[in-house]
Amino acid sequence: MESIKPVRNPEELEKLHQKIESERGNEKPIVSICISTGCVALGATSVLEAFKNGIKKTKLEKEVEIKETGCLGFCEQGPRVTIYPDEICYFKVKPDDVQEIISQTIKENKIVEHLLYTDPITRKKVRRLDEIPFYKDQLRPLLENNARIDPKNILDYIHLDGYKALAKAITQMTPQQIIEEIKKSKLRGRGGGGFPTGIKWETTRNAAEQTKYVIVNCDEGDPGAFMDRSLMDGNPHSVLEGLIIGAFAIGAKEGYVYVREEYPLATENITTAIDQAKQYGFLGEDILGSGFNFNVKVHKGAGAFVSGESSALMTAIEGKTGEPRPKYIRTAVKGLWNKPTCLNNVKTWANIPLIIMKGAEWFKNIGTEGSSGTAIFSLVGKIKNTGLVEVPMGITLRDLIYKIGGGIKDDNKFKAVQTGGPSGGFIPEEYLDLQVDFDELDKVGSMMGSGGLVVMDEDTCMVDSARYFVDFLLEESCGKCIPCREGLRVLSKILGNICEGKGEHVDIGIVEDIAFTMENASLCALGTTATNPVLTSLKYFREEWDQHIKDKRCIAKVCKSLTNFYIDPKECQACLICLRECPTKAIEGEKDQVHWINQEKCEKCGICYEVCKFDAVKKLSGEPIPSKPANGMKPIRKGVKQ
Amino acid sequence: MKTLTLKIDGKEIEAKEDMTILEAAEKLGIQIPTLCHHKKLEPYGACRICSVEIETRGKSRIVAACCYPVKNNLNVTTRSTQIDKIRKTILELAAVTAGEDAMGEMRKLASEYNADLSHLRSKTPIEPTRCILCGLCVRRCIEATWDSVIGFIGRGTKRQIALYPEKASICTICDYCHDVCPTGKITSTGPDPPFPQIDDVLAGRE
Repeated sequence: MESIKPVRNPEELEKLHQKIESERGNEKPIVSICISTGCVALGATSVLEAFKNGIKKTKLEKEVEIKETGCLGFCEQGPRVTIYPDEICYFKVKPDDVQEIISQTIKENKIVEHLLYTDPITRKKVRRLDEIPFYKDQLRPLLENNARIDPKNILDYIHLDGYKALAKAITQMTPQQIIEEIKKSKLRGRGGGGFPTGIKWETTRNAAEQTKYVIVNCDEGDPGAFMDRSLMDGNPHSVLEGLIIGAFAIGAKEGYVYVREEYPLATENITTAIDQAKQYGFLGEDILGSGFNFNVKVHKGAGAFVSGESSALMTAIEGKTGEPRPKYIRTAVKGLWNKPTCLNNVKTWANIPLIIMKGAEWFKNIGTEGSSGTAIFSLVGKIKNTGLVEVPMGITLRDLIYKIGGGIKDDNKFKAVQTGGPSGGFIPEEYLDLQVDFDELDKVGSMMGSGGLVVMDEDTCMVDSARYFVDFLLEESCGKCIPCREGLRVLSKILGNICEGKGEHVDIGIVEDIAFTMENASLCALGTTATNPVLTSLKYFREEWDQHIKDKRCIAKVCKSLTNFYIDPKECQACLICLRECPTKAIEGEKDQVHWINQEKCEKCGICYEVCKFDAVKKLSGEPIPSKPANGMKPIRKGVKQ
Repeated sequence: MKTLTLKIDGKEIEAKEDMTILEAAEKLGIQIPTLCHHKKLEPYGACRICSVEIETRGKSRIVAACCYPVKNNLNVTTRSTQIDKIRKTILELAAVTAGEDAMGEMRKLASEYNADLSHLRSKTPIEPTRCILCGLCVRRCIEATWDSVIGFIGRGTKRQIALYPEKASICTICDYCHDVCPTGKITSTGPDPPFPQIDDVLAGRE
């Protein structure tokens, strides 16, 4: 292997870039395969193997390059394979399809129609990514390079103008100019707090202490969220480049990347990225010949959600239990080991090289007045297109859910959307035209958070959902302060009672009192925001709470204690299926005799409801169960519903 | 060191810049209740009973007086309907583990803030540990022995205070942990043999 010479100045970087460009050319076909977590779970590894073998067999190794890349977001359609230079996108690729792709697309330049995405409305086959409705309304400056980069190969990143922003910042700008540019861009912290990044940098720079630190927060713990993960898995150098620029602007010589234990690929890729950046002279001593020294360490978290809170994260890096500490003196002044520390989210850092290269004006023109740039959301829940999306700030919830997300699964009715992770609020239908940004979400009782977006339909019980998130946070609270630890404990108990039909009218007042104390007096943001799901559920779906408490009724028929299963004798075809499947033998009846559920034996597992082909099993809540039909009642015959 | 001027409950006071609201209020003779605070220990900010309202640049918010550093022109309110409501709820929440018969500072504050210590306990009937996890004993122990004999284990509602067996021999039966306990859980640590007794006390077997 050729020894690597560090890049000593911007001219050498330009030369290296040209060398890669001339070596690679533009014509050579590239097979880009997503090997991120989602696609791997769907079998991408065997697709990759099939390509490697297939290319070898057809002796195309010299002509075709196989690239293992990061996530493009449309995870439910994985494994995803893109063939360059024509950017033909194939979805749901199986190892058996590989031979056809090689012989048709790679050799003959023909399209394999059946692997293309089908537009669900027009039923047309779509060749390119930007023609797919899921992508059409997105704007993806942060994520778009994921498909073109092998995260383990720094040359791929340099080929796409990587580290040019660092060269520009370090040789053409002063630290103050960089900070001014970031301030002008109005970039706000993508971890969820939305604090102006430029001001945070300036505070850290101006803090009296000489030793300063910069930290990447990749402790993404929200259930269903994988925004930071996809960037760290797919394009780690973009995060690293942002961090180095930040360190230079702030005056830090040491940095940390805090990655949660559950992200092994992110840890692996950022570690490789750091090593390669060092070899190429973007990290370490005398970076790009500027005299600036900077080193980065990777710190693996130990699996606590609360460690994503900045002061808890710093406590964890110090080697102690990850618990938050009061932040009345900002961590920018007194952070890691009591030194000024600038901690930013993965996405915040990844935005920096873009702002330096394209300018603050470019960035400010995307998004809204108060929230510039793009936002990355993980779109999950009862929605047709689940996946990772990047959109300009200010997009409406309606566009996000209906245009990009394709609408509600099974064409059910929309009920609510939760933004901002487990401590985000539930936003009802009346706010679907809300422009999504930091301030607007705050106004309706939710938050931006780090970008989770859970869609809920009419089959979702809003009391049960509030209970679910309270229980999640109860499990994750560190237990240091009384309002959060005990508040969540009591809330969980009361919400559990309500869902079990044991709620009392006074409970609502108690819930409100505890919520008031938690949001005003908790030590850290986990406690102050934990009540968002509860309070928004109460505010927008109060009638569901009253129904649970007064009428012992759950209209979504989710709460087991308030729901009964019942077989409608007019629909039952006496097919015996439910009777055989019932684990508690609660279903009575025989062949040619309508079935009946013995409520005393029923455990409410719902299997009968799932297996019935005639929709004869009904859920009842808050209404009397009709009396048993006469013994030996014959079914009224009907056809099987598909 | 700079001197700053702020107002607490309408009274103007000069304070040194490294003071907290709690310390400045004390100088004025204004009592702010605390459960996890001790003059000789670093502020910890866990019980939140010292919550007060502050107003800066026209915006008001609630902060913990034990940790919040004084600022010029800060306007602090130590008692209000809001604050009393928060303190009452915190006491009732603390009683979930402390028990309705908690003694010491807890009992005193409960009557001052009209807190019904059985109110929220009745909603979450768990065996009381008589401990509110204020951490005073843990922190006092660190400073007395320079090595903690007792410490926290577990997270969230599983958090508890335990004697680290491997460090038990360091315990000097200084009784400091007993002196600082605000709920009366640590009744006594001695006389001898001391270690099983501390453990018994903490485990609620005493």
